[in-house]
Amino acid sequence: MRMITFAKRNFKEIVRDPLNLAFLFGFPVVLLLLLSAIQANIPISMFELDHLTPGIMVFGLTFMTLFSATLISKDRHSSFMHRLYTTPMTSADFILGYTLPLIPIAILEGVACYIFAAILGLEWNINILISVLFIIPIALLYIGIGLLCGSILNDKQVGGICGALLTNVSAWLSGIWFDLDLIGGVFKNVAYALPFVHAVEMERAIVSGNFENVWIHLLWVLGYATVLIAVAIFLFLKQMKRQ
Amino acid sequence: MDSIRIEGLSKQYRDVLAVDNLSLTIKEGELFSLLGLNGAGKTTTIKMLSCLSTPSGGDAYLLGKSILRDSAYVKSFIAVSPQESAVAPGLSVHENLELMCGIHGFTKEKRCAKINELTALLNLGGVIKRKAGKLSGGWQRRLSIAMALISEPKILFLDEPTLGLDVIARSELWEIIRALKGNITIILTTHYMEEAEALSDRIAIMKDGRLLTCDTPDAIKESTGENSIENAFIKIVKGAII
Repeated sequence: MRMITFAKRNFKEIVRDPLNLAFLFGFPVVLLLLLSAIQANIPISMFELDHLTPGIMVFGLTFMTLFSATLISKDRHSSFMHRLYTTPMTSADFILGYTLPLIPIAILEGVACYIFAAILGLEWNINILISVLFIIPIALLYIGIGLLCGSILNDKQVGGICGALLTNVSAWLSGIWFDLDLIGGVFKNVAYALPFVHAVEMERAIVSGNFENVWIHLLWVLGYATVLIAVAIFLFLKQMKRQ
Repeated sequence: MDSIRIEGLSKQYRDVLAVDNLSLTIKEGELFSLLGLNGAGKTTTIKMLSCLSTPSGGDAYLLGKSILRDSAYVKSFIAVSPQESAVAPGLSVHENLELMCGIHGFTKEKRCAKINELTALLNLGGVIKRKAGKLSGGWQRRLSIAMALISEPKILFLDEPTLGLDVIARSELWEIIRALKGNITIILTTHYMEEAEALSDRIAIMKDGRLLTCDTPDAIKESTGENSIENAFIKIVKGAII
């Protein structure tokens, strides 16, 4: 009950910020539109809708990190959090309350991407629904990074690290905008040692129906998500005790 | 009956002793003010009593329950209205009150009744649908106090509740605090001497973490030979009488 109440509050705080909505729904839509326009004039297989849409959708999820980290960081430095610390709320209420409301937001972002892609000509099939379901582990990955950053950084640092650095790292090392084989070497090895490219390739594999390729990518994503969430919980509890 | 019994409470932050061996008792239903200059240890004391900060030494008993051993239970009957307005800025006034009801596990009926009661008590009807973050400082403080009262606390900590408010907003908050007096134990910290004098049953004056005096406003004035708490406070803190 306490956790659900707190989760509802966090959901409202996030979706009532117009800037959040612009980033979450507007940005991927604009990217889809622009890249589809490029594709229409100069055909590139990278920007075909069934290849591009899963990538853009995953890129849109990087904003989950920014939202969760900003909310946690602002709360942490506010008297509002001190008030909540003096109530019977437990650490599990706090952690789940910050995590759970972002999952439906992530699913909505994915659905919005696919609806817009369908308007642009993406052919619908059952794999797209499966792909939307597989947003959940990816969302957990980005929420985990957000919980971690929100627990240790102030909101200005969150803006820089989650808003600028993470979105760039995630974009460059995910194979959304260019084929990683074009660069190869250390760059490609680093990219495949991180979870972002696996998240994109997992979604692409699902959309194209290559399910045998899904599981290895899912393991990478879930592995990173588990470790990041565990570290985030440890750091959140540590700062909670310190405060 | 004692509502709060503090026994040798201390708080050490690295090389700073913020609260030094504080001992006192506060009776049930009493409005007790903690006065002191910045860094006197008032907020640290409140943080320890409200289980936000662990003491370095000593203990305190709230309605007989230790803040060290029974902190979860203590949290069920205390409430804090922190120094800054502790509201969720993106939620409306009504939603903020609902949030606190949910956190305390109220049923739908109790939630409605409690929100109506506090809306009337703190006169929040005119702003009930407005976003808390868009309210003036005075209205945010009212909301903050209403949120603290949701849980029907037996002990309420008000940390500088009128700081930064204009004269009218301050006088209105005084009326609200007076209305609460007697029903619950209130521990108030303030920099405004006239506020402490007007509202308190007893006043404690702290300096550098130590308790200098603790008595009724009249007794403090009498012992210092001053006609106002402000002058008595200055005399005591400057060390003329300790």
